[in-house]
Amino acid sequence: MFHWLEKRPFFFAVGVFIAIAFAGLIEILPNFAQASRPVIGTKPYSTLELAGRQVYIKNSCNACHSQLIRPFKSETDRYGHYSLSGEYAYDRPFLWGSKRTGPDLMRVGNYRTTDWHENHMKDPAAVVPGSIMPAYRWMFTNEADINTAFAEQVTVANIFSVPYNKPVPMKDGSTAVVKMGNNVKEAKALALEEAKVIAADMKDQDVKDAVAKGNIPEIVALIAYLNSLK
Amino acid sequence: MENRPLEYDYTVAKMFMLATIVLGIVGMLIGVILAFELAFPSINTILGEGLAEYTNFSRLRPLHTDAVIFGFTLSGIFATWYYVGQRVLKVSMAESGFLMFIGKLHFVLYVIGVAAVVVSLFAGVTTSKEYAEFEWPIDIAIVVVWVLFGMSIFGLIGIRREKSLYISVWYYIATFLGIAMLYLFNNMEVPTMLVSAPDGSAIGGAWYHSVSMYAGTNDALVQWWYGHNAVAFGFTVPIVAMIYYFLPKESGQAIYSYKLSLLSFWGLMFVYLWAGGHHLLYSTVPDWMQTMGSIFSVILILPSWGSAINMLLTMKGEWQQVAASPLIKFMVLGSTFYMFSTLEGPIQAIKSVNAIAHFTDWIVGHVHDGVLGWVGFMIMAALYHMAPRVFKREIYSKSLMAAQFWIQTLGVVFYFTSMWIAGITQGMMWRAHDEFGNLAYSFIDTVTVLHPYYAIRGVGGLLYLTGFLMFAYNIYKTMTAGRKVEESELASASPMGA
Repeated sequence: MFHWLEKRPFFFAVGVFIAIAFAGLIEILPNFAQASRPVIGTKPYSTLELAGRQVYIKNSCNACHSQLIRPFKSETDRYGHYSLSGEYAYDRPFLWGSKRTGPDLMRVGNYRTTDWHENHMKDPAAVVPGSIMPAYRWMFTNEADINTAFAEQVTVANIFSVPYNKPVPMKDGSTAVVKMGNNVKEAKALALEEAKVIAADMKDQDVKDAVAKGNIPEIVALIAYLNSLK
Repeated sequence: MENRPLEYDYTVAKMFMLATIVLGIVGMLIGVILAFELAFPSINTILGEGLAEYTNFSRLRPLHTDAVIFGFTLSGIFATWYYVGQRVLKVSMAESGFLMFIGKLHFVLYVIGVAAVVVSLFAGVTTSKEYAEFEWPIDIAIVVVWVLFGMSIFGLIGIRREKSLYISVWYYIATFLGIAMLYLFNNMEVPTMLVSAPDGSAIGGAWYHSVSMYAGTNDALVQWWYGHNAVAFGFTVPIVAMIYYFLPKESGQAIYSYKLSLLSFWGLMFVYLWAGGHHLLYSTVPDWMQTMGSIFSVILILPSWGSAINMLLTMKGEWQQVAASPLIKFMVLGSTFYMFSTLEGPIQAIKSVNAIAHFTDWIVGHVHDGVLGWVGFMIMAALYHMAPRVFKREIYSKSLMAAQFWIQTLGVVFYFTSMWIAGITQGMMWRAHDEFGNLAYSFIDTVTVLHPYYAIRGVGGLLYLTGFLMFAYNIYKTMTAGRKVEESELASASPMGA
């Protein structure tokens, strides 16, 4: 049989393809419908948070920080409750990472503040002596890309039915609504509203001035995203 | 027809050899910079505060991985294909104007693709998925390059004289099919430029941006099915293709066992794809998938060792060649590192070991003993074997080659030993509790303790890069100043008599 195959490239290629496609069909497909359901308490990202998530991705924060808490005592002690599949329902792409050069950030919003992040992103070693994380000072001057964040928001709302402007159930029995603008102007206004709350907790005068003028630096969006990780 | 050996046409092979060397230097240099950034963080701003955004660890890291995978390794695969393919199929590229055109177009588009990747990753345009960071416009370009590669493989097969496909060709076909399937499914994404705002107005925003088709756990599942098997079909399958051709050719020994090559080929094809789940142990993917990933990873030892043992036994009775020839040294040590790495991987895939190893530098060490010791050594050996036949000149310096071998071997040993110690130290510190059940160490304690190992790893990487520069110099001198030689004068025995 193998000698026969080795003289027939077409059938050989078909044979190889069947052998390699088999595993994907059996392992990956069955899980698809089940794993994408959100758990109660999981909200879609706001426009500003999405912009911050894009800053996180742009700078490959996931190269050094995971967002996956494994079910071990040492991990739940350090980072909080272990991760649940449904908590990632709105994560496109997922940001689990594969290396913890720095700590996990899955629930960093529970134990770090705007103020802490501001100091830390400017000079990590000043906040955590011995830290090998580089500073990210350009985030204080680069402007966040709200247009692209809004485009992403509309895309996921249209194609994947992510519930914007709709009530989603929270853990305490109440509901929350995450707003999405009707156009770029509204989206920017919504983002700016959130940005002002963050900027009020920050010390950097240039950032405060920028937000007062209606501009949103990357750092503000990033902190909005990090604060949303709970 | 005249009874004389075919003249093969190596135009395209030469182009890709050049790309292999250039991109190898770039990728490894960035790797060394990254290694020292972890040991000495001030290097992050080595070009000043203004350029910090582009010299920063996190911005450079995807550039390193992609430059060595899709730059160095992939051009090495293409270079060897355009050399080996003709010879085992007994047909010259010069016989078909069409295939020659496809080959050259393949190279040109590949170079354009590489340039686009470099620019986009420096700019921070990334999807964040490891080894699949490119946004959709580049993905499309990559698919085109890949289709051209496929046309070249099947085109050459179509006009072959030798009817039976040699083992290396099996592996090249598998490389083509495997990467095609994985890449397509993992990069399913929706460009955000397609939508307009709910009230119908235009949004603007970055035209190249996209959203993954899959969310959360599913996205992770597809990504690691891809990520693990990109290793399979980029770092294992085509490299095995190379060694099945170059080791018998260089040593003059026939492959030890045809049956063993059959078993390991079909075994590898079937088993490898299941093992991706071992990247997701203790994550939120269902338990049965994690277990399958673990079990199949262990089974994977069989086909992997099958190939490696087949190679080592091919040298049976001829071990004096290892001492005599630096080129054989590269290939034999390459096979040994392959065995070592494919034993280490399954050990790390056992759940209880993975609990310590995951997220640590031990994984980084594992990757590098495979890529430095196996992939890198094998590609360099292939190019060393090809150079005299392609350029019709003898290798410039055998002693330089031997020195390079020892420097790089030392580099690899520094690399993986330091990363083992770093990984296991950190993994154990993360989980340590004191007598009252509190965590024994804060996170930063587990970072500062790694400093010496990071420094040693940097030195290891630097040694490997030094060896690679010696390799580049040696090939360059071979091209320009080597003694002229005809292929018939070179010692060679051969798979399929070519």
